Amino acid sequence: MAVKVQIPAPLRPFTGSHSTVEVDGRDVGEVLENLVAAHPQLRPQLFQPDGHIRSFVNVYLNDEDIRYTGRGQTPVQPTDTLTIVPSVAGGSAARCCC
Amino acid sequence: MATTLASPLSNEEILRYSRHLLIPEFGMEGQRKLKAARVLTIGAGGLGSPVGLYLAAAGVGTIGIVDFDVVDFTNLQRQVIHSTADVGRPKLDSARDTLHGINPEVEIIGYETRLTSENALEILRGYDLVVDGTDNFPTRYLVNDACVLSGIPNVYASIFRFEGQASVLALRDGPCYRCWYPEPPPPGLVPSCAEGGVLGVLPGLMGLIQATEAIKLITGIGEPLKNRVLLFDALGMRFRELKLRKNPECPVCGANPTIRELIDYQEFCGIRGEEAPAPAATAGEIEILEIGARALAEELRGAAPPLVLDVREPHEVAIASIPGAVLIPLGELEKRLHELDRAADIVAQCRSGVRSMKAARLLRAAGFTRLRNLKGGILAWSDEVDPAVPKY
Ligand SMILES: [Zn+2]
Repeated sequence: MAVKVQIPAPLRPFTGSHSTVEVDGRDVGEVLENLVAAHPQLRPQLFQPDGHIRSFVNVYLNDEDIRYTGRGQTPVQPTDTLTIVPSVAGGSAARCCC
Repeated sequence: MATTLASPLSNEEILRYSRHLLIPEFGMEGQRKLKAARVLTIGAGGLGSPVGLYLAAAGVGTIGIVDFDVVDFTNLQRQVIHSTADVGRPKLDSARDTLHGINPEVEIIGYETRLTSENALEILRGYDLVVDGTDNFPTRYLVNDACVLSGIPNVYASIFRFEGQASVLALRDGPCYRCWYPEPPPPGLVPSCAEGGVLGVLPGLMGLIQATEAIKLITGIGEPLKNRVLLFDALGMRFRELKLRKNPECPVCGANPTIRELIDYQEFCGIRGEEAPAPAATAGEIEILEIGARALAEELRGAAPPLVLDVREPHEVAIASIPGAVLIPLGELEKRLHELDRAADIVAQCRSGVRSMKAARLLRAAGFTRLRNLKGGILAWSDEVDPAVPKY
């Protein structure tokens, strides 16, 4: 069963510029695992080496933060949208750093 | 919020604010609260511009501005508090003149300094709320912690290209930025300047959401953007709302806080400023040689010119490039090494020399030996060799 995953602008370079991708999975953990399997460059952006979701990346199932719904074990429905929201630095347009 | 109702309005003020006074929910009481209010904006940049303009026009009595920057040409595309004639002036001076032009009744207090762990609590003291218009993680966390420790609400927004997010944080019993993001990303994962652009209208929109929330908090009308974050996507023209919860284990606003005073935020964020030069070679590693722009121009005119490898993104190359340079964006370099001759004399080049240093190290690790880095990138080329090459 596939759910819609919303990819934020900073991570789109790793999904071939797609802002939404359809990913299979029964729970949030499976969906994320299948997502990074399909787009391997996303893995280090989303996961720490120990497999935990990085602390500057929040994952929402619809409008709920998965940290409060059972994290990876949160079951998903086909109508659900998973949204990845990494922290963004910009305020005045990130001043060029390089 | 501002409890003093003792700020009477003059006849001129009543005329100036009449369109506020005619809103039943707002009225004289709301306007007097605005007049008594003290709002501190961190930054007079993309977000701080609309915030300052509209809060001044609305009649907020005291507006503090923290900014140590100078107006430059790249600011004018979105920082509408500054004009072309202000280029080169301190942003504080320019902002003060603009705001007084709009509303001479407003008191502007400028702090021409970087907000630091040493001065933040002192600067925040006495303000009713803070509007966060910062563009980097160390200051974002500093503002958050200072607001929580001072008990001052933080009207937050941030932007990236076509997308923005906003929320009201650090309200009593409400979440703070750390509840949402306990830690910043490590510097290596922060989008680089190749991805750092922003649509000029975006900070305008997000800044006005901040100004709206500030006015609502001060006057006590409506429902604050609390316990939720607003996401805005300009391309899809969509607003979304996500739930934001107070984390009981939050290190600064949780039940058992471990952060009880301001810390070293540069260290916390693992960086020494956004414009840090390329990190030095680690111990035992031979430093990549650098070549100046003039010396490179000379070699390029010589009998055995080096290969200039431009590691910027195609949209940057469309702005300007060094003639004859070969383009392989840094992100693609690893899988396109076969396009390069390992024996070639290569000078890596980017905008300012940081990405190209990374590229040179990557090439060396892959077995390339004749490597140099163009010091100062194409910006130095524009300064020293060909002023016709535009800077960006
Ligand atoms: Zn918190």
